[in-house]
Amino acid sequence: MGVLLARGRARRSGNGWWVGRVPGPASRYMDLNWRRVFRMGGVMKRIGTIYLRLASAALALGFSLPSLAAVERWKLNMTPGVTEVSRQVYDIHMTILWICIVIGVLVFGAMAVAIFRFRKSRGAVAATWSHNDKAEVVLTIVPVLILVAMAWPATQVLIHMADTRNAEMTIEVTGYQWKWGYRYVDSDVSFISSLARNSDDTRQLGSGLSPDQVKSYLLDVDRPLVIPADTKVRFVITSGDVIHSWWVPALGWKQDAIPGIINDQWTLVKEPGIYRGQCAELCGKDHGFMPIVVEVKPKTEFAQWLAAQQNPDAAAAAAAIATTAEPVAAAAAPGQG
Amino acid sequence: MAHDASAHRDEHGHDHKPHGFVNRWLYATNHKDIGTMYLVMALVMFFVGGLMAMVIRGELMYPGLQLVEPEFFNQMTTMHALVMIFGAVMPAFVGLANWMVPMMIGAPDMALPRMNNWSFWIMPFAFTVLLLPLALKVFFGIGAGGPAGGWTLYPPLSLQGGDSVAFTIFAVHMMGISSIMGAINIIATILNMRAPGMDLLKMPVFVWAWLITAFLLIAVMPVLAGAVTMLLTDKFFGTTFFSASGGGDPVMFQHIFWFFGHPEVYIMILPAFGVVSEIIPTFARKPLFGYKAMVYAIASIAFLSFIVWAHHMFTVGIPLGGELFFMYATMLIAVPTGIKVFNWVFTMWRGSMTFETPMLFALGFVIMFTIGGFSGLMLAIVPADFQYHDTYFVVAHFHYVLVTGAVFSIMAATYYWLPKWSGRMYNETLGKWHFWLSTVFVNLLFFPQHFLGLAGMPRRIPDYNVAFADWNLVSSIGGFGFGLSQLIFAYIVWDCVRNQSLAKAADRVWEGARGLEWTLPSPAPYHSFATPPVIEDRMLAHADVAH
Repeated sequence: MGVLLARGRARRSGNGWWVGRVPGPASRYMDLNWRRVFRMGGVMKRIGTIYLRLASAALALGFSLPSLAAVERWKLNMTPGVTEVSRQVYDIHMTILWICIVIGVLVFGAMAVAIFRFRKSRGAVAATWSHNDKAEVVLTIVPVLILVAMAWPATQVLIHMADTRNAEMTIEVTGYQWKWGYRYVDSDVSFISSLARNSDDTRQLGSGLSPDQVKSYLLDVDRPLVIPADTKVRFVITSGDVIHSWWVPALGWKQDAIPGIINDQWTLVKEPGIYRGQCAELCGKDHGFMPIVVEVKPKTEFAQWLAAQQNPDAAAAAAAIATTAEPVAAAAAPGQG
Repeated sequence: MAHDASAHRDEHGHDHKPHGFVNRWLYATNHKDIGTMYLVMALVMFFVGGLMAMVIRGELMYPGLQLVEPEFFNQMTTMHALVMIFGAVMPAFVGLANWMVPMMIGAPDMALPRMNNWSFWIMPFAFTVLLLPLALKVFFGIGAGGPAGGWTLYPPLSLQGGDSVAFTIFAVHMMGISSIMGAINIIATILNMRAPGMDLLKMPVFVWAWLITAFLLIAVMPVLAGAVTMLLTDKFFGTTFFSASGGGDPVMFQHIFWFFGHPEVYIMILPAFGVVSEIIPTFARKPLFGYKAMVYAIASIAFLSFIVWAHHMFTVGIPLGGELFFMYATMLIAVPTGIKVFNWVFTMWRGSMTFETPMLFALGFVIMFTIGGFSGLMLAIVPADFQYHDTYFVVAHFHYVLVTGAVFSIMAATYYWLPKWSGRMYNETLGKWHFWLSTVFVNLLFFPQHFLGLAGMPRRIPDYNVAFADWNLVSSIGGFGFGLSQLIFAYIVWDCVRNQSLAKAADRVWEGARGLEWTLPSPAPYHSFATPPVIEDRMLAHADVAH
């Protein structure tokens, strides 16, 4: 019962542009689309969590669900994301969108009126005037004012986004054809993250396998990037071969990975969760097959995870525990990937 | 046979149409013949590029790979863009300029007819070279196929291509030479060959738009040539202009490329502004509103196009000050563009409108180009662009301005002037069918791509998560419908040129049409104005602006 309810609500709430600007608190099991479920409030949150546990248990037992409910289809709009920056970006996006819609309604409305009223078949006789200086001046100045009104908040957000100072940790991201390398600069931990095996098998031409049956098809990796919650993380981004672009929509930005150049960006995610993205710059034949998964862990869990990475011998037990609870299979298991 | 017969029919008594295919077409110096060849080549390339688009939409119809390997998919997206930009849209506008500019300014022909011949005949060879690697692969299984690094040719990726890199660069060089010669010819014609009384500020807006476009071409095609030459030497001669390992910079290529590339997109849209500014007054039976403002707006857009290039590269890591400058400059373009749209609407206001096919396409242009303009404004906002960049939102944006913008205006222009070219009225019913089918399907094709991009689908990927499946299916259905609808267009043009039983067109084809081209007989005589016409202001579309 609870399962059906949660799925129904999720689907209905998912389609409007206007739904929820500020995502609610997230659970660590949460995939991007499930945040909408949790926004329904406490009861729904609990039901959703139960459902998710059931679903992951079913998966663990080897049942394949006919359709993986976490996929939100017919999506129309940008995600508000999970950081302060991503929400600011979303707000600016919505502001400009509404300004454009209002201008569009006025201009196209005037056109529609002209088309219906001033048609020859209705006996309209053409006027002969061909200019009106006052109208032209007004229609130059008003757009300038609207543009200033748009540029002001955009500038503020941009200045905020450009400030990579005071980061608490730094992660080096390196694009390769066609995988991502991550290095925790302060702790001598590094690994490669590539497309998950089941997605890779399914995506082959003529594989005969259905993408519907693969969880997070093309958006899942063998080893996700793990970062701590509530921490300002600075990314330094570069490439080992051609230009790539590192993009997780929920974080609100993408940044090109360019050989010979180091770009930096930052994020601060309050709540734990798993966030997915893809390479966004054409980088060769498998450009579509180098996803990004960021797993945000609570600070203490992150510290344990990092310690385990630094000391793989002691890590086996901890990793095994973590694995059973993670939606991303074998996320932290050393020696894989 | 048919044109042999018409060659003997001497409309003006001084019609020296050359006989035989080689004399008439290969040695062509007549602006109408060369214009026709440009337009035919553009139509052929439109279908070649369209077939590639069908492969792209076919593969993207469902998640999973069904039709082609990713490498071939990348060749399709790359070649689709190169063919459509350099083979369809640009030559179509050059063809329209060749046909119409001398007729609109009261000149006998283009100023430099032999150069005109050369600038056309380079093009078929350029496209043979461009398409050869892909054709060899597809039809004979030879080689690795065409370029696959995107039409923007960004290094280092583009340098990973095989020998097709050399073919592409050689083809781009030839197209550049062709475009520059065409532009020189248009400037020389407009500045030197106007009939007495055709003052600069009485010229049709189409002529103004082309004059400004020609200057843009001369300014930026050499920049592209320089960029691709450096690619060539990086690839084959060991230089490192764009390789950090040798002291070069991959981002420098992008700066140079987009210094060409942004004016290039206006090269494809300014003539469209000109076309629409001719058509709307004709069918509103009312003079163009704010002629001078329209001309100045085109000039301002052309100027601004040189200082906004980095808005294509907001995510490469430009310093904050640079991002702010390019954001403000880009947003500024909305002002002259807005003036144009407002003035088209004012032209319709209190007019006496009819809705023949050219007008339908022009109205479709105004609405859908404006939608593309809105998404362009959104893309100018740097923080939002960090999300939009390189997603299907961008794909939707530039197809709204290039397909429902530039291509729709070319169709509008074709329907508008076709009776003048052929001397016969095209099939109006089919024309309307063509418009409505195109409009419905093109919106099914491109509007959902906004949603896909916002939902997080990157561009240039052959496969995607199932979350993107539904809108991709809608988009593909729209794509196939739009592609098929264009067969109607090809039939209408062929029918109008060849079908002797169609109604003969009047000299002034449209009731509200003004301008010198309508003072010539239909079909237009082989040589336009052997002696300069005596111009009275009432003949002109824009003569009443002086006060």
